[in-house]
Amino acid sequence: MADGTRAEVMERLTKAGERGVLRFITCGSVDDGKSTLIGRLLFDSKLLFEDQIKVLERDSKTHGTAGDDIDFALLLDGLEAEREQGITIDVAYRFFNTEKRKFITADTPGHEQYTRNMATGASTADLAIILVDARKGMLPQTKRHTYIASMMNIRHVVLAVNKMDLVEHSRSRFHEIVSEYLKIAEGLGFNSITPVPISARYGDNIFQRSEAMSWHDGPTLMEHLEAVDTLAEDEANFPFRMPVQWVNRPNLDFRGFAGTIAAGSVKPGDDVLVAHSGKPAQVKRIVTADRDLEEASAGQAVTLVLDREVDIARGDMLVDPQARPEVSSQFAAEILWMAEEEMLPGRSYLLKAGGQVTPASVTTLKHKLNINTFEKEPGKSLKLNEIGVCTLSSSKPIAFDSYKDQRETGSFILIDRFTNQTVAAGMIEFSLRRASNVHTHAMDVNKERRSDLKSQKPGILWFTGLSGAGKSTVANLVERKLAEAGRHTYSLDGDNVRHGLNRDLGFTDADRVENIRRIGEVARLMVDAGLIVTCSFISPFRSERQMVRDLVEDGEFIEVFVDAPLEVCMERDPKGLYKKAQAGEIKNFTGFDSPYEAPESPELHIKTAEMSAEAAAEEVIEQLIAHGLIG
Amino acid sequence: MTESNADAIREYAARFGANRGERKSELSPHLAALEAEAIHIMREVAAEFENPVMLYSIGKDSTVMLHLAMKAFWPAKPPFPFLHIDSLWEFQAMGAFRDTLAEALGLDMIVWVNEEGKARNIDPFVHGSALHTQVMRTDGLLQALNSGKYDAAFGGGRRDEEKSRAKERVFSFRNEAHAWDPRNQRPELWRIFNTRIRKGESIRVFPLSNWTEVDIWQYILEESIPIVPLYFAGERPVVERDGTLIMVDDERMKMDPGETPEMKKVRFRTLGCYPLTGAVESDAETLEEIVLEMLTARTSERAGRLIDFDEAGSMEKKKREGYF
Repeated sequence: MADGTRAEVMERLTKAGERGVLRFITCGSVDDGKSTLIGRLLFDSKLLFEDQIKVLERDSKTHGTAGDDIDFALLLDGLEAEREQGITIDVAYRFFNTEKRKFITADTPGHEQYTRNMATGASTADLAIILVDARKGMLPQTKRHTYIASMMNIRHVVLAVNKMDLVEHSRSRFHEIVSEYLKIAEGLGFNSITPVPISARYGDNIFQRSEAMSWHDGPTLMEHLEAVDTLAEDEANFPFRMPVQWVNRPNLDFRGFAGTIAAGSVKPGDDVLVAHSGKPAQVKRIVTADRDLEEASAGQAVTLVLDREVDIARGDMLVDPQARPEVSSQFAAEILWMAEEEMLPGRSYLLKAGGQVTPASVTTLKHKLNINTFEKEPGKSLKLNEIGVCTLSSSKPIAFDSYKDQRETGSFILIDRFTNQTVAAGMIEFSLRRASNVHTHAMDVNKERRSDLKSQKPGILWFTGLSGAGKSTVANLVERKLAEAGRHTYSLDGDNVRHGLNRDLGFTDADRVENIRRIGEVARLMVDAGLIVTCSFISPFRSERQMVRDLVEDGEFIEVFVDAPLEVCMERDPKGLYKKAQAGEIKNFTGFDSPYEAPESPELHIKTAEMSAEAAAEEVIEQLIAHGLIG
Repeated sequence: MTESNADAIREYAARFGANRGERKSELSPHLAALEAEAIHIMREVAAEFENPVMLYSIGKDSTVMLHLAMKAFWPAKPPFPFLHIDSLWEFQAMGAFRDTLAEALGLDMIVWVNEEGKARNIDPFVHGSALHTQVMRTDGLLQALNSGKYDAAFGGGRRDEEKSRAKERVFSFRNEAHAWDPRNQRPELWRIFNTRIRKGESIRVFPLSNWTEVDIWQYILEESIPIVPLYFAGERPVVERDGTLIMVDDERMKMDPGETPEMKKVRFRTLGCYPLTGAVESDAETLEEIVLEMLTARTSERAGRLIDFDEAGSMEKKKREGYF
């Protein structure tokens, strides 16, 4: 191998020592020329291959909208269906390299119904290009895109004023747009706003400086993208954080904690803490497959070896002892809802932040945010693409920083526990510190003591099913049998809860969730008192039943699915409710015009159309014995 | 004759021993960032799935992915097996490379053959590329995944390879039938991946999503990763069919009347089944020369792979059916 070849090759490749990767998002719509701009970037960076150009020329003639010219937008639309509809509906990632830098751009649609896609693309971007049509100037979407970029904590904005060729390359028009934009962006916390007048179709001020706009004395788009330093000083100096991903223990002699450094840097000899337990240790080695490192910083994937045995698992975070993250189970966060099914306060979701996974729920929706006007609006729930400021409560405390300070450790997603869909993106604002103020007072008389006195194990018997399925009838028989056997019990049902504790609640989905949440909490207190509690509620949603199950210890929640076909229930209609529902006098009636989610694996499934209430009650008693609640 | 670089492979494997050398040279910053991202993704999978597997196609991207797996878990071995779907029509040099590499690194390499297709004597020359690929690759892959009950499978796909891949997730959800539904993919924010699945469902994971072809070659160059010798130019027997140079790799390739193999200096830009993989004439004998040639020449990578030409949008269709 000739050394000359190697030198020549390295010269032409993206060079060592330069600025690495820049991730940016391009915001705008097809009308603004967004796809044309990205296509132009790919074309001018000479990354297109001959056969791709051939296909492009062919497609431009059949689908194109640029006359005889090449329609760069056709390079981008990926999926067949989108190509046919002429719109992009998802996040697409495009890549190009220049000699100075590698670029990854997220290309997302600009309409309001695609806010979630834009936020997804923005979540990993360091810079946003806000595209504006020079003829149209500021549009509502300009404001929206700018807000989302700010919300996702993008700190650098390029205002690309496109189609300058259609306004005669007018300098005054450009300045007019720039000053309007600066008013919009004021107070949104950007570190830099760089305006560039361009024409994507003809390539003006993209790679090539425009002759028609020689008055522009700022950088071209590429000059700026190649040079911009997106690592802010406060980020570079942020204290050390490393979420532990995986414990590396190939043999008895090696125990390392593998993870990607989220913030700050670390050296051998540095003191670190486990954020949750507060246990200290010192870093002994920073191991990689290449060599042990003298220092490692944000973005590097390493394996840390500590100087002592500390209990550390996935989900723990190693941190700077001088500047610790918050550890709390109560916090405020901005949430973007990403699912068709609306967000319900009180419902239990899975929260995932780094390697930390815990059940969590939104306790209060403080307000919604109108992203077109930046105004706060009241609301009870969040629909797809809506943004709200919420307080959340998690089952286990999580370690975090404020998202505004640190994206990596201030972000989380919410996952629906049954569909497994990612339903929300969360940006943590601050800890509510309630958890640290309300200390659990250790009582001398505890649950074990109370239940021992009653010679039983406490638990919840949860009867769920349609109205008229026979829940209360069976529960009543069960409680009678238990009482006869000298057991201590209590029954919760609609009659004694809806008229008192929950009389402020109606029958909307949100109120149903809150209804079950309160009942669950009351049942938990009764379990703590040592009682066997029977609960008879339609409780139509799996999530809420799971939430109650999570409130108590394993084995203390017994779900009894009281199952009867809807026709049978309608015929029984003990309270005349189905008739009212049919007559339209009751809305949101379960099984009728509101869904019932049947249990997937209940402890007991009884079919009351096929057996007597007495036999059903006997089966429940057998379950109680099987679970060891009664002897 | 099988082309071999067994010695280079063994020398390479020694780098991952307990007494690894001290690699001093620094990776280019953008490659260091891509490497760290891929390692992060692999560790997530190792931590969150019960039974992951890494697909290994023997090609350059796959070999880069395997190299990254060796780095991600060092000093431990990658905590999952590797799986090669053997179509029985790959270049002979590929099988030799795979076996030497797996042995030298001490990897658990599963080689899966669709026995049903083998029994039917599926032959790309006779049955055409579409049927051969469907039976020996797509069906074979689904059989292997079902048989191993894998809940996550790494693939070497890159978003820049083809238009339909630009929107592919890093963690790509597949239903019980291993099918990919473009409308039912989960949003991916930050570095937080939703790994929740039900029994029977699975996730395909693409740690090289954000790499380009240039990145792959530059990484191979900077990391000195051995690759199958067929990537380098050499005198090889080829015949030209429909404008594509096909190498005569074994006696199963029957000559058409008037056709005789010709020795030409060629190399391959992608590797797969030899009857379906076109060679390009080239003088590039070293990695540097390959990269230089690539920077100068402008023919996209999959153009050498015949299966994509079957119909427009064909990659997207294959993905829906479970092909990687």
